[in-house]
Amino acid sequence: MTGVFSRRKLLGWTGAGAAVAGVGAATGCAAAGAAPAPGERVVPFRGAHQAGIVTAAQDRMHFVTLDVTTGDREQVRALLERWTPAAERMTAGAETTPGGAVDLNPQAPPTDTGEALGLPPSALTLTFGVGATLFDKLGLSAQRPAGLADLPRFTGDQLDAALSGGDLCIQACADDPQVAVQAVRNLVRMGFGTTAVRWSQLGFGRTSSTSTAQATPRNLFGFKDGTNNLKAEDPASLDQHVWVQPGDGPAWLDGGSYLVARRIRMHVEIWDRTSLFEQETIIGRTNGEGAAFGRTAEFETADFSAVGPDGAPAIAMEAHVRLASAESLGGVRILRRGYNFVDGSDGQGHLNAGLFFVAFMRDPHGQFVPMQRALANDDDLMEYIEHTGSAVFACPAGLGEGSYWGQSLFES
Amino acid sequence: MSRTSRGGAVTAVAVATTAALAGCVSTAAPAGDAAGGGPIAVRAADDACAVSVAEAPAGTITFAIDNTGSKVTEFYLYGTGDRIMGEVENIGPGLTRRMLVEVPDGGSYTTSCRPGMVGDGIRAPFEVTGSAVRSVDTDTRLAEATAGYRRYVGSQIEALVPRTQEFADAVKAGDVEGPKALFPVARTYWERIEPVAESFGDIDPKIDGRFDDEREPGVGFTGFHRLEKDLWADGLQPDSAAVADQLMVDLGELVAAVGAVELTPVQLANGAKELLDEVATGKITGEEDRYSHTDLWDFKANVEGSQGAVAALRPVIDEKDPTLGPLLDPRFSAVDTLLETYRVGDGFRLYTELTPDDIRKMTEAVDALGEPVSQVAGVVTS
Repeated sequence: MTGVFSRRKLLGWTGAGAAVAGVGAATGCAAAGAAPAPGERVVPFRGAHQAGIVTAAQDRMHFVTLDVTTGDREQVRALLERWTPAAERMTAGAETTPGGAVDLNPQAPPTDTGEALGLPPSALTLTFGVGATLFDKLGLSAQRPAGLADLPRFTGDQLDAALSGGDLCIQACADDPQVAVQAVRNLVRMGFGTTAVRWSQLGFGRTSSTSTAQATPRNLFGFKDGTNNLKAEDPASLDQHVWVQPGDGPAWLDGGSYLVARRIRMHVEIWDRTSLFEQETIIGRTNGEGAAFGRTAEFETADFSAVGPDGAPAIAMEAHVRLASAESLGGVRILRRGYNFVDGSDGQGHLNAGLFFVAFMRDPHGQFVPMQRALANDDDLMEYIEHTGSAVFACPAGLGEGSYWGQSLFES
Repeated sequence: MSRTSRGGAVTAVAVATTAALAGCVSTAAPAGDAAGGGPIAVRAADDACAVSVAEAPAGTITFAIDNTGSKVTEFYLYGTGDRIMGEVENIGPGLTRRMLVEVPDGGSYTTSCRPGMVGDGIRAPFEVTGSAVRSVDTDTRLAEATAGYRRYVGSQIEALVPRTQEFADAVKAGDVEGPKALFPVARTYWERIEPVAESFGDIDPKIDGRFDDEREPGVGFTGFHRLEKDLWADGLQPDSAAVADQLMVDLGELVAAVGAVELTPVQLANGAKELLDEVATGKITGEEDRYSHTDLWDFKANVEGSQGAVAALRPVIDEKDPTLGPLLDPRFSAVDTLLETYRVGDGFRLYTELTPDDIRKMTEAVDALGEPVSQVAGVVTS
């Protein structure tokens, strides 16, 4: 039986102690040796920053938010301590516990739900964050960073409380959707009695590149999205725009980042009736190449001062790329990491489709808020979309050996 | 019952363990007599439960319960996690009954009188000191667990049959409001032992089948839910009385079958888990009592039944994994506490009066409880 399952065959772990060593060995190999087959890629779980932020965006996502169902801080802390080794094992392509799916007591439920047996690691990353509502519940109010203050209401927001907020979040990204879902499901299960799912979102296709090695993908409006995204290859910009720096706020978040999630419903049926000319004008880029108006190639820098033959700006003043640009926003940039979704249909003959916008940044109120305010007030794209969910989480720095999710906060 | 009856879940088979209770020989003088005064006297009134002493040495303890009230009462001695150490039921007004209970281990116990035989009863702490000499190996504990659960099942059946008879008689009398009030009460005893009843796959569908279950040609829709549909939806039918009689016949068959079955500890553990599965899939959804909407009565009874089975296994659980019991206790309590917020008089709010937020809270509480209960079977077989 054992040989059938690459999950276990891959690393052949026998215990938790070996697990930690196994991760280091596997990832060291991946970095130093020849590139592994796509599914075999393992993203290191531990490091200076959490994985799943500047990690080259995987193809699929399952994002879940949870509320704590207890006011007992120790109970939550203990869960985080149990979650972490299970998460680490899953990112390396292993079951939550050794032999968890099929090899333990047949009278007991398996400790691993089993649907990822036989699947490779698939570059799974699990990124953990805490929301503003957690702090008061657990008597941690003094540790709440200013960045978690509520976002303002933006023009056109149609936020559903059932798709917003949450005390905790876990972002699972992988190149195989089943691997991402399995990870979320197992962590949710371990949390019963301490946490309960508030909402979750599946994303089937990435809409951002976070590495210069990746091609720019397209969103459901058919356009390349995030051409000017921050990239892993630009560490100075990441320090400036993404990683929380010492002195920004409470020390437990140093080296971490804020995650802003917005569930954006896109009325694709309406968009599809819009002429190509109007679509391109709204976006400010050509559809095929993705070049800014007045340019010929995608990555050529947009010239927002250029005027067309008619004397009007080549890129419209309300164009999406202009409103969202660093040039328009006093240098503000964010790291986008969103995914397309289709949550079935809406019961009225339309697809319940859209973009699950996820972005990481150093300060939501200095970065996301001015950007979204500009878009919400002026972007013509707003006629085709509505924001139906919203949440902000603080994702602590990466984990050193032996540390667990949220340790810097819970032991601060 | 579950939508698809899992015939054989509990049915099976004899066990290695025997149901015989291990003999206990106390190192202390016989309890109850130790203080030099014979049995421990209990004065059970309608609003009080006066136990003459609150402490006894381990071994056989004798209580003499004197019902001084106006209601039929019961008396229980509970161990940790409401494990029933001993009980006497149906003590009529003015009667005195004796209860002999084996308590081999010292520790904290709880006495309870239940005037009217409803609710958690009037409780008081009871300390047992020292310990009785006995064999305490795992097989003995497992045998005690199955014997304890058998006593529990027996006590439920003792109430199930007369309560259901009252319900059936009221239907036969052509009354509607009377049987409506009796329906959730009778079902309480049924729902507490549902996994045992369900194990008899041929009888269970007759007693607890649903309107839309597929049946063999010529087999009619009978049992509790048929009468529920008549009482709440369609009005009494020409054959309602015959269905009521048939319910008692089927119940009699079930009682006989249950009397002959042997239970294993794993079956107890799985039964405890299945009862919570029932809650999650049948009660929280409003599926089971779709005409009467008395699902919360069934919910409460399922949880009590689950707790009864877990309590019987508790000494084994504590021996094998001392961390599990302390996880189970607060989560059973949390479900109880939540359900109490929906109590109306002796019963509960109707399912149709619940909000989505109510149902979410119930789901969370049952999820929180279901996970540790699902570990019990693995722990007792470890």
